[in-house]
Amino acid sequence: MSERDTVLLSGNEAVALGAYEAGVKVAAAYPGTPSTEILENLASYPGVYCEWSSNEKVALDGAIGAAYAGRRALAAMKHVGLNVAADSLFYAVYTGLGGGGLVVAVADDPGMHSSQNEQDSRQYARFARVPMLEPSDSAEARQYVKVAFELSERFDTPVLLRLTTRTSHSRSPVAVASAPAGVAGRGRPAVADPLPVPDPHARSAAAALAELAADPGKYVMVPGNARLRHPIVEERMAAVADWAETSGLCRTEPGDLKVGVVTAGVAYHYAREILPSASFLKLGMVWPLPRRAIADFASRVARVLVVEELDPFLEEALRLMGIEVEGKRYFPLVGELDPAAVRRGMAAAGLVAPAPSPCPPPTLPARPPVLCPGCGHRPIFYALRRLGTVVFGDIGCYTLGALPPLAALHTCGCMGGGLGNLQGALKALEFDASDVQAEDGTFRGRPVAVLGDSTFFHAGLPALANLAYNQGGGLVVILDNHTTAMTGHQDHPGTGRTLMAKTAPALDPEAIARALGVEQVATVDAYDLDAFLRTAREFLASRRPAVIVARRPCALKTRRRQRAPLVVAEACNGCGICLRLGCPPLLRDGEKVRVDPDLCTGCGVCVAVCPRRALTTEGGEG
Amino acid sequence: MPELDFILAGVGGQGIILAGDVLAEVGLRTGHDVKKSEVHGMAQRGGVVTSHVRWGKIVRSPLIEPGTAHFVLGFEALEAARAAHYLGDGGVAVVNRYRLPPPSVTAGQAAYPGDDEVEALITGRGATVAWVEAKTRASALGHPALAGVYLLGYLSATPVLAGSVPRDVWLAALERLVPETHRELNRRAFVEGRENAAG
Repeated sequence: MSERDTVLLSGNEAVALGAYEAGVKVAAAYPGTPSTEILENLASYPGVYCEWSSNEKVALDGAIGAAYAGRRALAAMKHVGLNVAADSLFYAVYTGLGGGGLVVAVADDPGMHSSQNEQDSRQYARFARVPMLEPSDSAEARQYVKVAFELSERFDTPVLLRLTTRTSHSRSPVAVASAPAGVAGRGRPAVADPLPVPDPHARSAAAALAELAADPGKYVMVPGNARLRHPIVEERMAAVADWAETSGLCRTEPGDLKVGVVTAGVAYHYAREILPSASFLKLGMVWPLPRRAIADFASRVARVLVVEELDPFLEEALRLMGIEVEGKRYFPLVGELDPAAVRRGMAAAGLVAPAPSPCPPPTLPARPPVLCPGCGHRPIFYALRRLGTVVFGDIGCYTLGALPPLAALHTCGCMGGGLGNLQGALKALEFDASDVQAEDGTFRGRPVAVLGDSTFFHAGLPALANLAYNQGGGLVVILDNHTTAMTGHQDHPGTGRTLMAKTAPALDPEAIARALGVEQVATVDAYDLDAFLRTAREFLASRRPAVIVARRPCALKTRRRQRAPLVVAEACNGCGICLRLGCPPLLRDGEKVRVDPDLCTGCGVCVAVCPRRALTTEGGEG
Repeated sequence: MPELDFILAGVGGQGIILAGDVLAEVGLRTGHDVKKSEVHGMAQRGGVVTSHVRWGKIVRSPLIEPGTAHFVLGFEALEAARAAHYLGDGGVAVVNRYRLPPPSVTAGQAAYPGDDEVEALITGRGATVAWVEAKTRASALGHPALAGVYLLGYLSATPVLAGSVPRDVWLAALERLVPETHRELNRRAFVEGRENAAG
């Protein structure tokens, strides 16, 4: 085990490795791209309790509880997950953890590869008064997790570890103990340095909790206590800023004194590549800032340039320090940075030549993601489009129901948001002078809400309780594919399995809906278009709170167990109604329709849609 | 050892991530600093997947700057065309002869580019193109997803790499990254692709 080896780890794998090596005992997360693989990897190390919590706030509260109990704990989430967990972050800053280290890994998504917005989580560090470290590659990610735990315990504070899509999902070399034979360093952790890691906490969890119980002034955040805690928080941040000066996390790389670049995270690598001759101040800790080190660096160079992704966070902080600095004047505020964007900025600043021949991407037909062949969400959106409802959507694969030809999802804001939207919209409709739907006898324009099963457990429960109790009269469709599909099939409280691969009693969305006060609850097979339409019409006509659980396991998980592909019979007249399903294997072929047998899962939804019954399963069971 | 930048481009489910991992592992085993980065928003749902693999003395950026890549490994013709702007002068595109029309094309709202248009985008960068029957050969071997490893085999025999990376290094990397049950088939796909290029 002593032999050293170098493996290529993603940033997320490196965070998991670092956390394991730091002796983390409890880790919790809700899946969210690009953060998901942190917990998936950490769960495969021995001696760490890992869970998919029902949402990010629950995950962070759990991690705080473990830290209160004196153990090192980690919570991981994507940037918008930190919005959900923000309330918990803020109280943990006031109470501190009492000795157990707490690290919150938050992965931003500049460029919105898989997100509804791009937000700069560094603002949370300043807002909530939390130290934040930002690695630029996998080796740093692993190292910074350990530093973050030490910092957390030393200053009795949560510590944020900021990642981005690029640091989370890029692979770079990490030196480990001898790598195992076989598949490694790819979706699975490399073998760690020899254990046991000495547990830094001689104290038992019970002893830690006894200490906590004896100190209500620190942990009971009623106003009288919190007023006394706030100055401690401010003093703590000043102390951390002092520590940052000599922490070694802030690195000066001397070069040409005409230009000094202040940067952090992956932007550091882009800037070093494009302007290798400059002097660099590479910040490993992005909040609080080592003010003296920055001022000293700035005083030695003629011109200070800040290269950072998203907000002008460092730039504004430097300006407030009285440093003359250039940043967003040259580098984009919006979107992900890359070498081309950094070169354009450097060229605009007169520091490098523009790219010799500009290389814009060619204009070609786009390839947007689509609902998979055999996806149970497709028939539901087809049906909702037929009903003409206005659909309040949510976050998940089913957001793809917004794309043509289905085009049957009309909002997507945040986890669980659609249900609240539905309640408010229905109440607003009551103020209309006339009830259009009552007059024409259809449900055209009637609002409904859809959300997935994992989203239901994440943020749907309080909203459904509200809808039922305040008698919104809305129809909620739970698209239950029995997994968290979008992020790569993680378990949730409805699947009956935990992240630790243990079985658990699965929660039943129908029973929960009834318990929350919804009287009309029905279950339909998502492939059964007629049953769904019948039930939806009945519930919409009743104008009382209602839930339909449209159930079908995710097609990506069951792909191999599906039936033989469909065939098109002579009867096809090319009307194209089946093409309105937007199912990838259904292709127009001259005057008729053709089925791509490589893609078709044989789900048979199109059979029910075709008025001439020209799509058949006559190929038999496969 | 040459410092090389590779773009792998295709559609979700084509084995791009594995091929990129093998390429990165080969870089590491030949003494390079290596970085690899993927762009795959919702790739499993039929979207675009692009992987950047860089071999160098010291690799800074995990992303390759457009106009500088040495190789584009195109798993699908349209996606090879979409990545063509990454190629630098003298670059090489190894392209699977396989078309997977996106929804806008099947709906008749857009036209799939012809082979000549794909080639023009590549040669317009001062690069050359090699069409490879990877999908056909992979299907013959038993699974279309072997096309990626077949393409890697072909790539391994192109002039710069044939002269600098021994065949055994590729096979060892492949062995490390492919689960045992699939090793033999992947090995065969690689070797066939390599021999195709050499022959």
